[in-house]
Amino acid sequence: MGADGTHRLQVHAVEQVVVRLAGDSGDGMQLAGDRLMVSSARYGNAFATLPDFPAEIRAPAGTLAGVSAFQIQLADHPVRTPGDEADVLVAMNPAALRSQLRYLKPGATLIVDSDAFDERNLHKAGYADNPLADGELVGFSVLKVPMTSLTLAAVKETGARPREAERAKNFFALGLLSWLYGRPAAVTLEWIAERFAKVPQVAVVNRLAFQAGLAFGETAELVEATATVAPAPLPPGTYTTISGNTAMAWGLVAASELSGRPLFLGSYPITPASDLLHELSRLKRFGVRTFQAEDEIAGVGAALGAAFGGALGVTTTSGPGLDLKAETIGLAVSLELPLVVVDVQRAGPSTGMPTKPEQGDLLAALFGRHGEAPVPVLAPRGAAECFTMAIEAARLALTFRTPVIILSDGYLANSSEPWRLPDVADLAPIPVELASEANATAPDGRAVFHPYQRDAGTLARPWALPGTRGLEHRIGGLEKADETGDISYDGANHERMVHLRAAKVAGIAAAIPHAVVDDQEGARLLVVGWGSTAGAIAAAVEGLRRRGEHLAHLQLAHLNPFPANLGDVLRRYDRVVVAELNMGQLVSQLRATYLVDARLISKVQGVPFRVGELTEALLGELGSLAQSTGVPERVSTAGEVVA
Amino acid sequence: MSVLDGPPLEVPVTTRKDWTSDQEVRWCPGCGDYSILAAVQMLLPELGVPRENVVFVSGIGCAARFPYYMETYGIHSIHGRAPAIATGLAVSRPDLDVWVVTGDGDGLSIGGNHLLHALRRNVNLTILLFNNQIYGLTKGQFSPTSEAGKVTKSSPFGSLDQPFNPVSLALGAEATFVARTHDMDRKHLMATLRRAHEHRGAAFVEVYQNCNVFNDGAFDGILSRDRRADNLIPLVDGEPVRFGAESEWGVVLTDGEARIAPVAEVGEEALVVHREGREDPSVAFALSRLAAGPTTPTPIGVFRAVERPDYASLVSDQIAAAQNRQGRGDLAGLLRSGQTWEVAERR
Ligand code: SF4
Repeated sequence: MGADGTHRLQVHAVEQVVVRLAGDSGDGMQLAGDRLMVSSARYGNAFATLPDFPAEIRAPAGTLAGVSAFQIQLADHPVRTPGDEADVLVAMNPAALRSQLRYLKPGATLIVDSDAFDERNLHKAGYADNPLADGELVGFSVLKVPMTSLTLAAVKETGARPREAERAKNFFALGLLSWLYGRPAAVTLEWIAERFAKVPQVAVVNRLAFQAGLAFGETAELVEATATVAPAPLPPGTYTTISGNTAMAWGLVAASELSGRPLFLGSYPITPASDLLHELSRLKRFGVRTFQAEDEIAGVGAALGAAFGGALGVTTTSGPGLDLKAETIGLAVSLELPLVVVDVQRAGPSTGMPTKPEQGDLLAALFGRHGEAPVPVLAPRGAAECFTMAIEAARLALTFRTPVIILSDGYLANSSEPWRLPDVADLAPIPVELASEANATAPDGRAVFHPYQRDAGTLARPWALPGTRGLEHRIGGLEKADETGDISYDGANHERMVHLRAAKVAGIAAAIPHAVVDDQEGARLLVVGWGSTAGAIAAAVEGLRRRGEHLAHLQLAHLNPFPANLGDVLRRYDRVVVAELNMGQLVSQLRATYLVDARLISKVQGVPFRVGELTEALLGELGSLAQSTGVPERVSTAGEVVA
Repeated sequence: MSVLDGPPLEVPVTTRKDWTSDQEVRWCPGCGDYSILAAVQMLLPELGVPRENVVFVSGIGCAARFPYYMETYGIHSIHGRAPAIATGLAVSRPDLDVWVVTGDGDGLSIGGNHLLHALRRNVNLTILLFNNQIYGLTKGQFSPTSEAGKVTKSSPFGSLDQPFNPVSLALGAEATFVARTHDMDRKHLMATLRRAHEHRGAAFVEVYQNCNVFNDGAFDGILSRDRRADNLIPLVDGEPVRFGAESEWGVVLTDGEARIAPVAEVGEEALVVHREGREDPSVAFALSRLAAGPTTPTPIGVFRAVERPDYASLVSDQIAAAQNRQGRGDLAGLLRSGQTWEVAERR
């Protein structure tokens, strides 16, 4: 026990640690978390992060609704998730403490700003009594630090006004954490100096607060040991920290450079996709044209119009926006023009939970248009893969002259991971052939241009850009006669066109990689996931293997068409289990397409899978598989088996 | 390398025939759309624009078939979205000559939002709104410009909707060029379209168009030959606004409101002098309110023509400025623009 009766912090050298920071949305917790991430990255740790912020911009201060949290897992080995439960929670006020307790491991360490536990804040958080005093926190190590007053004292010399000074308490917390985990202080100090160069007063205040946090750790003797998380053995190279949204934006720019097609983004702000618009709007030096449209429909319409003119047309959105864009995506299917649609999925239906991830849009992406309107669908499996998937989407769109939908989600969008930078010279160019001359002969012998005369290999139609003399042509949403592209109401022609469009998209299977299973000798169970659940599923599978279980893992990134070998892969296993953050959208497709009795692990709580719950659910599957004699039951929710 | 790079080609001399596609025109016989099509096909050879640089974009409706009949590039898109699609095209390809053909339903109902925003942004588009005050393609329901009380299949007891005045709407939407013409006077039609085409930025032209099948004679009250002199108020830049067989009528402004008065009574000096270039659109707006519908004296011609940078130029300027300031984007540099660190080869 410390002199004041608090528990002393027990910390040991560890393989990984999960830290959670929580405060009011105005407290700068995301920023502090971000800086902890960067200094840890520079120190050499592997990491994964999860920001968890409220939908309201500034809910009333001190309330549960206004709590903004950031979780990071730091490790001496590669990690793919931000961790299930936290080892350490930094709570800046009672609401943060109260709302976050459920995310902690038993025995976790709590570092709280004891100054914030006054009657008013306790009341706002719904506490009748002060939890720091009444024994409610038994079982946790509680470190009470008067962060607000220590910050105020530390910056007093600058003459900063109290409100301004108080705002720096996130840097105090960051300083304390940096000391606790031996993070390099220089990284943060450099950043403060650079970031606030234009407002020296703020730079000084933040620096002093940060240093006060460091010094407090060193001198207060409240802890007996600091933790060490050794650097992780990452492959050599240049690394950066990357979030899914940034990686996606950069991938789109890369695709434009690789294809020589100028990038045009038509977009309407929507959470959690707006950062794509923000990032691309900054990149004008790449010739990127960004257009903040009047609505979602205009965003995709403008992108399609730009594609008619020869641009790499892109629109970015989230679920509700995908609904609104459906008609225009159908038009793009009919016009057979390249278009990339990025859907950063969020919990639905309707407005749903805007800041919370879900994989609920798969069927909408596959089928959410009237008529037979197939569209290729891709799903990046990690923040960094958003970069390569953006390029892949552009490659497919430009090569096959089709809209392509990328399904990211709110978790991928905002979570960060270390990314080993690719060598730009290694990125494969995207060759794009533009029509330059007539391609058919009219009955009267004239050379003419037929806009729907297809390439025999890809079935793509020629892309003739306005400005090309002699190739003037009209296209539209009305059904077109095969080859000539003239309006046609002929039933047999319509059927041929429906089949041609379907065959073109199906044919993409030959242009994408085979599914690669993370297999294991003796595995009878294959767990299948798609997109952002990759890390959690992989971690659960690895954990189970360490416990002696045998299972295989396949994480799909190509959802339409599926990889050519997928049917064979699925049939190799006695049991296929699909884990997804919806009510079973991929599983329904696998069952329908391949007639496999695939089962489901489902979760729709607006948060990613936890490794623990997946482990439990998979153990159940493995157990029932071991005993299975007849028809197995279907699994409905994580770990819960129902008939 | 784009096929579009290289020296500009000479603009060949063309005739109406060169701008006419091989597609059979499928409007009802007698439809006003024919005369608008003819006017456009006759005008284009005179504009000195290479055919391959012209794109017609339309939505859905009778008017929207227009691009199929033009031997140019064209998109017949979806209902209401032509201004949005055309915006993307015009912004990404400022070298093109982009026209939008829309109707009162397409442009003012389902696509009203896009039209408003294309106008306020001043996207370099020539926008023709064929106003026949009815839904034609869906066979005769009231439209957002149909007069209140109109009896149609969907309003058997009379429409309850207050109609839009398209010119007022465009002026309110910050349009830099607003004009009105009609399908009965080829000369006026061509002259107005020529002005619209010359305008840099969004040019909005309302074209009164007779739908002889579902709303025949909607404009007869002002457009039949014997009525035109007394019911069309020609707007001529720099001239007092007056009309009538003997120019005996004029328009005066009282309390900001436009009103028709006998010139003999108020005197010529009292008349409003039309100036297209007034920055403040209030007078143009007042003129647009003279008639509640095409049944009483109605101004035609150019209501407003002011200079404002067009949207695509502004976008291009921002890009050029960024490239001047920061240099051409470099992908490898972009990837290293965040915090980076090196992981060395392990021994
Ligand atoms: S319905 Fe009316 S507007 Fe349409 S083509 Fe026939 S006459 Fe013209």
